[in-house]
Amino acid sequence: MTRFLIPLLVFVLIAVFLWIGLSLNPREVPSPLIDKPAPAFELPQLREPGGVIRTADLNGQVWLLNVFASWCTPCLEEHPHLVALAERGLVPIYGLNYKDGREAALKWLDRHGDPYTRIVVDREGRTGIEYGVYGVPETFVIDKSGVIRFKHIGPLTPEVLAEEIMPLVGRLQQ
Amino acid sequence: MMRVFTGVLLAAAISVCLAQEAPPAAEDPVLEKRVLTLSEELRCLVCQNQSLADSNADLAVDLRNQVREMMQQGKSDEQIREFMVARYGDFVLYNPPVKNATLLLWLGPFVLLVAAGAALFSYLRRRDRQLPAQALTEEERARARALLGESREER
Amino acid sequence: MIPELGHFAVIVALMVSITQSFFALAGAARGNRLWMSIARPAAHVQFALVALAFGCLAYAFLSNDFSVLNVASNSNSQLPWFYRLAATWGSHEGSLLLWVLMLSGWMSAVALFSRQVPTDMVARILGVMALVSIGFFLFMLLTSNPFDRLLPPAADGRDLNPLLQDPGMVIHPPMLYMGYVGFSVVFAFAIAALLSGRLDSAWARWSRPWTTVAWIFLTIGIALGSWWAYYELGWGGWWFWDPVENASFMPWLCGTALMHSLAVTEKRGGFKIWTVLLAILTFSLSLLGTFLVRSGVLTSVHAFATDPARGVFILGFLVVVVGASLVLFAWRAPRVGLGGQFDLVSRESALLANNVLLLVAAGSVLLGTLYPLFLDALGLGKISVGPPYFEAVFVPLMAPAMFLMGIGPLARWKKASLPDLAVRLKWAFGVALVSAAVLPLTMGRWSVMVAFGLLLAVWIVASGVVNLLERLQQLAATSGGSPVSYLKKLPRGYYGMLLAHTGVAVFIVGVTLVNGYETEKDVVMAPGNTVSIGDYTMRLERFEDIVGPNYTGIRGVVTVLKNGREQNILFPEKRLYSVQQMPMTEAAIDTGFTRDLYVSLGEAVEGGAWIVRVYHKPFVDWIWGGAFLMAMGGLVAVSDRRYRLARAARRQSADAKATVAA
Repeated sequence: MTRFLIPLLVFVLIAVFLWIGLSLNPREVPSPLIDKPAPAFELPQLREPGGVIRTADLNGQVWLLNVFASWCTPCLEEHPHLVALAERGLVPIYGLNYKDGREAALKWLDRHGDPYTRIVVDREGRTGIEYGVYGVPETFVIDKSGVIRFKHIGPLTPEVLAEEIMPLVGRLQQ
Repeated sequence: MMRVFTGVLLAAAISVCLAQEAPPAAEDPVLEKRVLTLSEELRCLVCQNQSLADSNADLAVDLRNQVREMMQQGKSDEQIREFMVARYGDFVLYNPPVKNATLLLWLGPFVLLVAAGAALFSYLRRRDRQLPAQALTEEERARARALLGESREER
Repeated sequence: MIPELGHFAVIVALMVSITQSFFALAGAARGNRLWMSIARPAAHVQFALVALAFGCLAYAFLSNDFSVLNVASNSNSQLPWFYRLAATWGSHEGSLLLWVLMLSGWMSAVALFSRQVPTDMVARILGVMALVSIGFFLFMLLTSNPFDRLLPPAADGRDLNPLLQDPGMVIHPPMLYMGYVGFSVVFAFAIAALLSGRLDSAWARWSRPWTTVAWIFLTIGIALGSWWAYYELGWGGWWFWDPVENASFMPWLCGTALMHSLAVTEKRGGFKIWTVLLAILTFSLSLLGTFLVRSGVLTSVHAFATDPARGVFILGFLVVVVGASLVLFAWRAPRVGLGGQFDLVSRESALLANNVLLLVAAGSVLLGTLYPLFLDALGLGKISVGPPYFEAVFVPLMAPAMFLMGIGPLARWKKASLPDLAVRLKWAFGVALVSAAVLPLTMGRWSVMVAFGLLLAVWIVASGVVNLLERLQQLAATSGGSPVSYLKKLPRGYYGMLLAHTGVAVFIVGVTLVNGYETEKDVVMAPGNTVSIGDYTMRLERFEDIVGPNYTGIRGVVTVLKNGREQNILFPEKRLYSVQQMPMTEAAIDTGFTRDLYVSLGEAVEGGAWIVRVYHKPFVDWIWGGAFLMAMGGLVAVSDRRYRLARAARRQSADAKATVAA
């Protein structure tokens, strides 16, 4: 008579998965770039027109890449945390100004503070595509040999910074 | 006479207008067709379940341009898919690739069909064994009739 | 005051449903007639209360009461009154109220039209339905109260999502919900039968019309939704295999299997266990759909704004309702008899095989819909499962079912013979084969998919014709009279079947031809420009500014010409809804029996020109026409004499009772 239990078992299995599914975010897509070399770029700087930054220049240190834009509302949410992080001077933060205007970006930084060591400009969003960016803001942790070790999608929270990013940075810096 | 003449002129003007076939929106409609076909099976990451072809979100437009450019460079559809997967993961593909993790997905319907078919067959066999005599069927029918009658009486 | 009245009505309705379920079920279990007799009036009271609550909410929307949160979030004073009314069910909370309105409406209908059903059975059915409604009342009151106030009141509302401001959207949700919720009736019948152990042909006969009616509503609801997507989303597609679409399609597939299985249970007493299981599954899939739409576990274009607390509640509810019914099933099913004997080749077998195919198809849709969730839950990465998968899987599963549709109705009950069937159907098959070979050529281009689709469609129709002719011959042989009188002698259920099957054929023709021969063009059009597509030429005359009640925009005036003669004028629009600042594309469609011409505005380019997308879609309306015919088939079947006889008999017995009482 066990065959009459089959529907029940199938249902229980589905229900368990649905239960787990409730705590998952279907829109957060893990990046396939984790543990892969950060895509190389050679981009103009925001503050020094004419100046260029290459990924190769950044090897040998652990650094954060933060994708931001002045039109991005959730960026405002994480910005104070970034400014606070920069004040502690533990890790260089490079900004990737994504599909933004130069003037708008500068004005935005003036108003909200500038936590970035340097800022590169990705006017067309090409570098964004290379990095698999789909929702600004996004933050990458890149190690000394230029490998992406972590990616956070959406605004940074103090929890993510304290519990995930900074411990990782500490380990990578050793 | 004058009126007729004007009429002819007007007709001529209209026919000139008629001849003006609208130009295609894309420089290369054949390529554009290819772009659209491929974009239909790529997922727009920022949207609520729409393909790149269906979405007008900024990123979707950018990615469509990327697809177009890569096609212009002579890249194959497969190469473009690989490019997208390398950056965004299998999530971008509406047609999930066959690999270990998707084996159950692709084989599932077939397994279901075979299992259901087998269950059906074994059920029919068992039924045949359990209902040996035709007479019993008649009895069943009689019972069904009785039940029907019974229900009628209850009204 | 009015919203509070509505809120209060819902609370009282909850009380009534608790009372109803307790006394009805306990009464049936203990054989207490007085307790059982509460069920019917309680159902009517519940319906009246929910209707009152619904009326209160509708009033709040119609009177622009922006002190109600739900109204402030989903309506606006500029919104035309009919959309304000539709906005009542445009949000999660409101649609939930619509859901319970439908549920109590069905309950009331069961109480009204079940005089021929034994009292204990009715009590159990209404008790089970009341249990379901308790869950939904609690869900509404605890997580999604549509009457929540907003303090201070908003000056104006945030407007209804412009996508929903459409006539199709006004009637699509009520139809769909009538279908979803309608399956709760047959579910309750099944549970009542399991509880009482009375699982027989009579039970199947009572369940059948309810199933068919729910199925008709669901069919129309899905078709309307698909039609809405076709003209409103502006992409010219009609089915996207979105999780929410799948959520409505799975109960449909399962419900279709149920209708066929019920036919066997009624006529031959067979498949009882199977039929009961299908009844449970169909409603379970409806509930699962509710969960998917409202919990946010899957991303969908159509999903409501979500909230984890709601997801937890519905999942809990789902587990209680579905889990309990499946436990009951596993406990009771082994004792159910097998019914009449039949051969491996028989109509029973054909129907069972068709059931298996439909269910495997539903299972595959479920698998594809939930698979990304499974992988994610197991930490195996994120994937998307989209149209390519579903098309690859669905078509091969459905094709054999379509083939069986030709054979099944001709196969005899109990025992059929394959050689005999082959002889009877050879003409139908020949006709189908020739049509498949020739017809695509008349459309210009032969392709395997088109030929195969037409083969199936013509096969279904041709075998239906053979079936009808055979029936008429039999009648002619056994009874006199004119051919017209034979036609009248055949039961309506039979015509309903033929009509619904023809609907499937029509649907296949639509899908096949539009996929095979659709053409589209993206062009830059300035006034005076033309574009030719199919046999037609479209001329853009001019652009006009438009001002709607709550939007502004621009529309193109496009003349459709064929062989230089004017056929129609189309007005594709681009609207900007002022409150949500949301641009909307309103495609203009010239609908025709054999083709649609579809024009939609893209974006403006320099020099007063626009990018315009035009489609020529041959036979696309046959898709919805087919669905409509299926629904009509269901309607004809429900009007069958047998069910009306039951009603007539009921009237007689009522008269008899009256006489006795007198």
